[in-house]
Amino acid sequence: MISVSVLFFASLRDATCTDSMEVSLPDDSDLTALMQRLQQDLGSEAIAALQAENVRIALNQTLISPTGILQDGDEIAFLPPVTGG
Amino acid sequence: MATKSRFYRPSQVVEVFVDIRVQAEDFSVADEYLALRQRMPGNTGAVASFAGLVRDAGPAADIRVAEVQTLYLEHYPGMTERSIGDIVNQAAERWPLNDVVVIHRVGELAPLAQIVFVQVASGHRSAAFAACTFIMDYLKTAAIFWKREDTAAGRRWVEVTDEDRERASAWETKESDR
Repeated sequence: MISVSVLFFASLRDATCTDSMEVSLPDDSDLTALMQRLQQDLGSEAIAALQAENVRIALNQTLISPTGILQDGDEIAFLPPVTGG
Repeated sequence: MATKSRFYRPSQVVEVFVDIRVQAEDFSVADEYLALRQRMPGNTGAVASFAGLVRDAGPAADIRVAEVQTLYLEHYPGMTERSIGDIVNQAAERWPLNDVVVIHRVGELAPLAQIVFVQVASGHRSAAFAACTFIMDYLKTAAIFWKREDTAAGRRWVEVTDEDRERASAWETKESDR
């Protein structure tokens, strides 16, 4: 088993009603496995918000395209569109 | 986080003083300018700076937009600072800069509070003006921040405007102005 941290920011924190979760997954899990797990834990409405077209995903603070195997200790963040300045 | 960064341009290596701060505390424009005057290299001929404040109305000129009571700024510690660093690096590769300071506040801010500060020193004014504008345009669209307006009518996460998006993307086709 691996354990990963999942972070939700701004509107996505509102949608999921949490800012972070620790999720245990079987070895060799990928983002699809994580999303299935989040769907169970958070419900389909929250998942729809996370899967919106304009949501970006950061793995260990680097924006990624959602492929590849997750490692123990990884930090996965869901980022809604940014507005600074 | 103040660093001296080396930038490589054709046939030269230049050192740029870069200071990026993401903080809840307020800042003093006067102090930042004085500190720059103490450390700036002798070929500095121009300083351009910008201070952004919290407006007390929504972006639309619409009387139905409720007055903003508080602006809440959220960030992703670590990734936010790096996203600003990437913007500053792009500016320093594009224009000959001596010194760049970016301060961005987070947390709850009242109307008219200072929210962001950009100060750029260069040899000449065209580079200082352009780099200051470039950095602000990308802070609006590429830096990792989220703004929420809290009004009497409720809370609303702010979205990037088309105008902000167009201002940033216009730099992709613009020639650098040295």
